[in-house]
Amino acid sequence: MTNVKMKVNGKTVAREVPDETLLSEFLREHLRLTGTHIGCDTSQCGACAVHVNGKMVKACTALAVSLEGAEVTTIEGLANGELHPMQVAFHDNHGLQCGFCTPGMIMAGVDMVNRYKAEGRELTSEAIRHELEGNICRCTGYHNIVKSIEDAAAKM
Amino acid sequence: MYPVKYHKPNTIDDAVAALAAGEEAMVLAGGQTLLATMKQHLASPSDLVDIRGIDGMVGACIDGDTLVIGAATTHAEVAGSAVVRKHCPGLAALAGNIGDPAVRNMGTIGGSLANNDPAACYPSAMLALGATIVTNTRQISADDYFQGMFATALEEGEIITSVRVDAPAKAAYAKFAQPASLFALVGVFVADGPHGVRVAVTGAGDDGVFRHAGLEAALASDWSAGALDSVDVSEDGLISDIHGSADYRAHLIKVMAKRAVAAA
Amino acid sequence: MSSGIGKSVKRKEDKRFITGKGRYTDDHRMDNQAYAAFVRSSHAHARVKGIDASAAREMPGVIDVLDGHQLTADGIGNIICGWAITSKDGSPMNMGAWSALATEKVRYVGDAVAVVIAETQSQARIAAEAVEVDYEELPVVAHVAKAGAEGAPQIHDNAPGNLIYDWELGDEAATDKGLAEAAHVTTLDVTQNRLSPNPMEPRSAIATYDDAEEHYTLYTTSQNPHVARLVLSAFYNVAPEHKLRVIAPDVGGGFGAKIYIYPEEITCLWASMKTNRSIKWTSDRGEAFMTDAHARDHVTTAKMGFDSDGKITGFKIDTIANLGAYMSLFSSSVPTYLYAPLMSGQYQMENIYCNVKAYYTNTVPVDAYRGAGRPEATYLVERMMETAAREMGMDPAELRRRNFITEFPHQTPVLMQYDAGDFHTILDKAQKAADVAGFPARKAEAASRGKLRGLGYSTFIEACGLAPSKAAGSLGAGVGLWESAEVRVNPVGTVEILTGSHSHGQGHETTFAQIVADRFDIPVENVQIVHGDTDKVQFGMGTYGSRSAPVGMSAVVKAMDKVEAKVRKIAAHTLEASEDDIVIEGGQVKVAGTDKAMAWHEVGLAAYIAHNLPDGMEPGLKETAFFDPVNFSFPSGAFICEVEVDPETGHTEVVNFTSADDFGTIINPMIVEGQVHGGVTQGIGQALLEQVIYDEDGQLLTGSYMDYTMPRAADVPFFSVQHHETPSPNNPLGVKGCGEAGAIGAPPAVINAITDAIGTNDLAMPATPLAVWRALQAASKPIAAE
Repeated sequence: MTNVKMKVNGKTVAREVPDETLLSEFLREHLRLTGTHIGCDTSQCGACAVHVNGKMVKACTALAVSLEGAEVTTIEGLANGELHPMQVAFHDNHGLQCGFCTPGMIMAGVDMVNRYKAEGRELTSEAIRHELEGNICRCTGYHNIVKSIEDAAAKM
Repeated sequence: MYPVKYHKPNTIDDAVAALAAGEEAMVLAGGQTLLATMKQHLASPSDLVDIRGIDGMVGACIDGDTLVIGAATTHAEVAGSAVVRKHCPGLAALAGNIGDPAVRNMGTIGGSLANNDPAACYPSAMLALGATIVTNTRQISADDYFQGMFATALEEGEIITSVRVDAPAKAAYAKFAQPASLFALVGVFVADGPHGVRVAVTGAGDDGVFRHAGLEAALASDWSAGALDSVDVSEDGLISDIHGSADYRAHLIKVMAKRAVAAA
Repeated sequence: MSSGIGKSVKRKEDKRFITGKGRYTDDHRMDNQAYAAFVRSSHAHARVKGIDASAAREMPGVIDVLDGHQLTADGIGNIICGWAITSKDGSPMNMGAWSALATEKVRYVGDAVAVVIAETQSQARIAAEAVEVDYEELPVVAHVAKAGAEGAPQIHDNAPGNLIYDWELGDEAATDKGLAEAAHVTTLDVTQNRLSPNPMEPRSAIATYDDAEEHYTLYTTSQNPHVARLVLSAFYNVAPEHKLRVIAPDVGGGFGAKIYIYPEEITCLWASMKTNRSIKWTSDRGEAFMTDAHARDHVTTAKMGFDSDGKITGFKIDTIANLGAYMSLFSSSVPTYLYAPLMSGQYQMENIYCNVKAYYTNTVPVDAYRGAGRPEATYLVERMMETAAREMGMDPAELRRRNFITEFPHQTPVLMQYDAGDFHTILDKAQKAADVAGFPARKAEAASRGKLRGLGYSTFIEACGLAPSKAAGSLGAGVGLWESAEVRVNPVGTVEILTGSHSHGQGHETTFAQIVADRFDIPVENVQIVHGDTDKVQFGMGTYGSRSAPVGMSAVVKAMDKVEAKVRKIAAHTLEASEDDIVIEGGQVKVAGTDKAMAWHEVGLAAYIAHNLPDGMEPGLKETAFFDPVNFSFPSGAFICEVEVDPETGHTEVVNFTSADDFGTIINPMIVEGQVHGGVTQGIGQALLEQVIYDEDGQLLTGSYMDYTMPRAADVPFFSVQHHETPSPNNPLGVKGCGEAGAIGAPPAVINAITDAIGTNDLAMPATPLAVWRALQAASKPIAAE
């Protein structure tokens, strides 16, 4: 057991957890932030995507104890009073159906827009599709997810 | 997962000590393979020794004409590194196409090389570039380092600290992804550099990454995609699985080699 | 109005999902919760000689280890298939016993033999590995083509030769005659690749037993919680219905996989009683691949005859279908009544004969998945049409047009009476949107880049809105397939709709609200949809078979009819007018042609205050209705797919995909188009990427996303979606259902496009790069002289 302290969605939290606790378990079971979802065991579906120190990672494939002192943002912490433009865009463009992959899709969308803007690259629809390699959706056929991210990119 | 004890040493010596102390201790570098394996109960280390807190393990720099990349440098960092992009753009491009963006933010070059997955991208680059794998105890040439599927020259308790790559004149990688995993079904890295013209193939070999003499010879005499047309790529020793038969892989080796040459 | 029928109202349910506040089963946590982990067979076929749980019982956190003998001793019943199919010789289907925890034999890799209950999930899983099961391995048959062979291993004692049924539909003699008289006969062998549905939320269950009340509560990932309760109660003897509450909260996709009641839910309920703890089980993805019902998996040979004008003279189909190791809930109906009656497609046919033999194999049960039977039929019919056109040197669209049905209602020779359609117009719309005329130029341009470009059609029909109860009953269904609704107008005028339909991504909270807002002319925000809880909703048959709109919404309409009648009476009484003069609009209930009016909410208030109601009227404003359709609804569509094949690698890129659909009346175009996008992508997945593979020993080779290829964003293009509405006369809204069209129509369009591109018809799904490269290799090799 290790006492892990990190900043999650702007709040400092500390919990005594077994060393093998994954970040996803830490968020879901210890902090009860259940918006981070588990859709696979092989780090491929991306339903658990969160931001750690500003970078997207799969919470199912990181040990909580290895993230001592980290700043973590989950889907619950994305909105800052009002909805994040990416959240708005998913609503406006019907970018979700069952909603299960949605938190990961939104976190991936925010990450890619931020990265492309920082690097001064154009985030084309083709680039969005490539960037979504690590996020699987079974409902939407991606059409409206790509539209949502394009829409948000124009507004972020 | 099975219970495990986590360690995050600040020095190599402490890491080595922690590895030696654990009953079945393993190095944790990025965890993108190891943690997934542990989740499925396919690995059960007693201890995990996280090397990401050790000084000098992260980042890339140039030492003369040699590119030095810390073992705990993530794929995203290698892909984005100005130094790597300048001295070996083919390697940066390879790193930028491993896994997916989230995996690239955690997975590391050292972790990939220590695991030596037969379908991983990095081993082909190291072999084709004639890289040197630097550990806490010695320097190992890539030719000696890769010893078959998931097998390397690393001894018990030995930790990769960096890799050294002599900047090539030309180098590029072409990957045909296994459709499900997006690992390499066939990946070919071609390089023309201080270690000569070398062609290394990943994803295809029964014994993991390998060099292809016929392709190398053809490119050594004429560095062009067309020069590869007449090369015979045998299916002997190649993997046959549900995603690709040996003859298909043999065919793809040539196709990918030509595409890599065209991109270099 | 802005939120009524036909408007793309943005979804009311979105906010909780985009903020991480959705509440799926695994997000719930009960007091006193423990975890279940299943001990599963690693053999595909074996006798269970003994189970030694002594070591597991001693492990940290373990509360109990339970097995099938205890389950049976407690009277828990076998899992059943709810649709009885009769073989052509009149004999009933051979249903083998399926216990939630196997006792004598295991029949597929993953078959559960015991369950470990522990304080944490991790402890339960680790202890499950310590349960020692003594197996005597038996020979295995994992592939349907071998299941009926002489000497094949016998899986169930009561199914000789592993045959479940040998069923037929249609007139064989007439069909043979039609084929004999044909000017041209096309023969086709096709396989339906086996699929895993893969909703992104894995299955999960939390069962709680209240020993004081002798009452159970089950949270579970279900598309039909009432059916789950009915079956758990009536057949599995878990508890009588009034002592069992089933809640399906937010559910992360279903696609069929969450229709069925699986061993795990039964076991969790029973274990909660045995241990007096809440028992949670959540599948991981590996377990999902191993235990969620799979889909498709047919091998078919078929012949279609044409006269010299290209008119179809006969269609004969011979199919063997794999139902896996046990018969799942709807499994028997999928390759029979959801399959053969669709063989007429959009075409005038007089003679059809279909023979289906279903077999057991040592694989996980096979059941309905998006489309269920109809994709299998459509794939066969549409590949047949395209292949025949090529063989006869005709334009494939023209061959289809020559055979299109043009008058409705239309009775096919295979049971179905099509309700409404306009096949020429939807094909026109698809061809125009896809710019078929410009295809030769695009093909030439692709060739200049070294790519092979091809175009393929699929013009298809589905039977949706499952189903008229009487018809379903006469065909063997064990339940009626009506739907129910309750419309509750509150004293403040807001409305709650309680529906037996279940939304797991379809957007019911919006579309059901739209039909209420449209009817009563009130804001969509003032309507709340309640579903997914057997304690709240009267009853329901759930969501599958594109039935929520044609059947579920129709029940709402029927209940609204009753509400409206009462509203008229109250308003007429209060306003001293005739009921016939009452109109409902603009948030008011008015007397036409006067300024006399009550606000909508005043009617609600009047109904509940009841100070001044017409003599004899009961207070309150709440009505229930059940709707049983008179027929299926028949959505139809025309899909055009364009692909580019890289001949060097065999990789196929879908570059254009156009759909023109007739879903009857459309409630919300945005949501309907989303359903098309998702369905088409699953169809593209089947055509290009997805395949469950078992080896000869029955070991699953595609047990994770490392080996089972899910469609990703880069595998699909933006879609062009066109609509043409011919309302169904069979329900009050004229809707036909839209959930399955994409998955039904897309696979043949994709394969027809690829075979067009590569110039050979010898290609099976999935058309992986390897398969396409092989087909190209085979086509380029000269055929050796015999």
